[in-house]
Amino acid sequence: MAANNFRHALFCAFITLIISYPIIGFNLEAQGINVTLTGADASTIVMVLLAALIVFLFQMFREQIMGGLKSIPHPLPQSNKEPMAENRRAKIESWVLTGIVIFALFWPFLVSRGSVDLATLVLIYIMLALGLNVVVGLAGLLDLGYVAFYAVGAYTFALLSQYTGISFWLALPIGALLAALFGLVLGFPVLRLRGDYLAIVTLGFGEIIRILLNNWTTLTGGPNGIGGIPDPTLFGMEFGRRVKEEGNTSFHETFGIAYSGEHKVIFLYLIALVLAVFTALVIRRFMRMPVGRAWEALREDEIAARSLGLSRTAVKLSAFTIGAFFAGFAGTVFASKQGFISPESFVFLESAIILAIVVLGGMGSQIGVVLAAIAVTILPELAREFSEYRMLIFGAAMVLMMVWRPQGLMPMRRIHIELKRQE
Amino acid sequence: MQDLLYFSQQLINGLTIGSTYALIAIGYTMVYGIIGMINFAHGEIYMIGAYTALIAITGLASLGIAWLPLILIVALLCAMLVSSSMGWAVERVAYRPVRGRHRLIPLISAIGMSIFLQNYVHLAQGSRNIGFPALIDGGFNFGSGDGFQMSLSYMQITIFITTLICMTALSLFISRSRTGRACRAVSQDLGMASLLGIDTNRIISATFVIGAALAAVAGLLLGMYYGSVDPLFGFIAGLKAFTAAVLGGIGSIPGAMLGGLILGVAESMTSGYLSGEYKDVISFSLLILILLFKPTGLLGKPEVEKI
Repeated sequence: MAANNFRHALFCAFITLIISYPIIGFNLEAQGINVTLTGADASTIVMVLLAALIVFLFQMFREQIMGGLKSIPHPLPQSNKEPMAENRRAKIESWVLTGIVIFALFWPFLVSRGSVDLATLVLIYIMLALGLNVVVGLAGLLDLGYVAFYAVGAYTFALLSQYTGISFWLALPIGALLAALFGLVLGFPVLRLRGDYLAIVTLGFGEIIRILLNNWTTLTGGPNGIGGIPDPTLFGMEFGRRVKEEGNTSFHETFGIAYSGEHKVIFLYLIALVLAVFTALVIRRFMRMPVGRAWEALREDEIAARSLGLSRTAVKLSAFTIGAFFAGFAGTVFASKQGFISPESFVFLESAIILAIVVLGGMGSQIGVVLAAIAVTILPELAREFSEYRMLIFGAAMVLMMVWRPQGLMPMRRIHIELKRQE
Repeated sequence: MQDLLYFSQQLINGLTIGSTYALIAIGYTMVYGIIGMINFAHGEIYMIGAYTALIAITGLASLGIAWLPLILIVALLCAMLVSSSMGWAVERVAYRPVRGRHRLIPLISAIGMSIFLQNYVHLAQGSRNIGFPALIDGGFNFGSGDGFQMSLSYMQITIFITTLICMTALSLFISRSRTGRACRAVSQDLGMASLLGIDTNRIISATFVIGAALAAVAGLLLGMYYGSVDPLFGFIAGLKAFTAAVLGGIGSIPGAMLGGLILGVAESMTSGYLSGEYKDVISFSLLILILLFKPTGLLGKPEVEKI
């Protein structure tokens, strides 16, 4: 047994060396047409050797280590207690959520402009993740082209404002409805497919949309994108220094305060906050409606759900369309926030990030998804020196989550009724 | 005559690209055939193969070795070694622990792995694309005078021959060897095969290793053919190869070969007669259409839904 273990550990360490040394230990440098090869510095090589040693030791003493990890007492002593009653938990949860929203309402007036801008981005990701959560978490349909609907929302606003001068408030429902329509039209044929085929088809669809945006230069401006997207207005009041459109007034003149660039940023943040809360509430409602139950039923056991009379296509299609709708919402806000959009913002990686948020947060769980969106967007900003490792860590985190905790950090609690114990 | 030459040129280009797609597609189709998951990180393994080959070629050149066959063979062996080790490790780390869980879990794990590997190479080698030396140049030219000249480069011939050798070797391996027979048994019924004393874990690992080694061959060939590599170069190629696998019928090895060739020709005809920008749209649309209307592909067996 020990000799066997030793051989396996040695083999693993050797493989580690093979897969890391050639790629990390040599650097290719292009100088014009010529490519030269330089060895990495000693510290990198020591790191590679160290990694191999760690793998060796881990594989050698795997059983002891795993045993040791299991014997550590659970960090949360509460977990042995009886779970809190469902209605009490729900009450606490809703109070906490209300508190967070109220805090978020006042928060932008206390901090710098940069943080408010970042927070707006976080809210956009929250909207996207909540929308994708319906598709992936609740209905169990893996959508890898979610970013396409986001792009539809953003481009709808950009194009309409360019050609017809539409305002943000009118573009918001139009963008969302158009994205939902795209979801409906795409969903209708593809939802008959099995899980992983569906994932690939949606991925292909996302890529097609991106390539079209990139190459249809006459309409979308191709890789140059579309600029000059107007900011939202508050009842006809603009937030710029000067009024751009006839008939509008400017915010700072109406209220007789000095002009400040911060007003616009805070206003956008508040819009994003209201829309994110709206998204969360609507989806929460849906989850408790028969259609929400049907999503989960179909995810859990398709055959059983169908034999109980659920229409597979209608239920899946509703999830897909609703998810796309909120992506369109987020897209419109994003276009308005950036003022400029290009196909660069809608690559597959973006879909993967949103998916990672849903997976990390716990598929189906709204609170988990919101927290994960905050963490995923803010952590790279806090640890700037590690920002180049961001995607590497993302990828690793997705794998580790699936291996150790596929239900996510804050798994969803199913809505259920507990019978009172008879005394 | 001109039209015919132009058409044959597109056909040759398409078959060249298509045969490398077929090499990558084998990896998808074998893994899918055995454990029913899409190995999303396969495109990245192919990309790592291309990088390793480039490192080996540059390294040999700086040592002063100039004998072409030696360079190619050493580069090929290095690429196959690193890629197949990578394939083995990926299966071990990311797929084996989640095997048998709900369908989406291995797929998400694979997407994570793909992002991880992409950024691994990106961090180690930079994001810029690096020129790949064209070791084999020259070729035959057909057509005369000032009209269209059809060319068949030695590089393209090399690609055909190498692909042919790999495919023949693979077919012989699958049909004749003991491990190949075990592979077929496991792909028919994993549980039964394991009852009959086949070490299924070993066979699954072997599948990943074979697929990765073939992807590395494709990495070397396509790297030389396109003349550059970058960390993102596996993603699209992987997607194309997956399309090829689905087109031919996923799970079927001859299907992957056929699917690769058809996809390559369809793509080069699109860029030759319509527009080069839309060739990716054509292959993705093809993928969507096949999945909708003939999900079993050209040579695949129909799957019966068991209740």
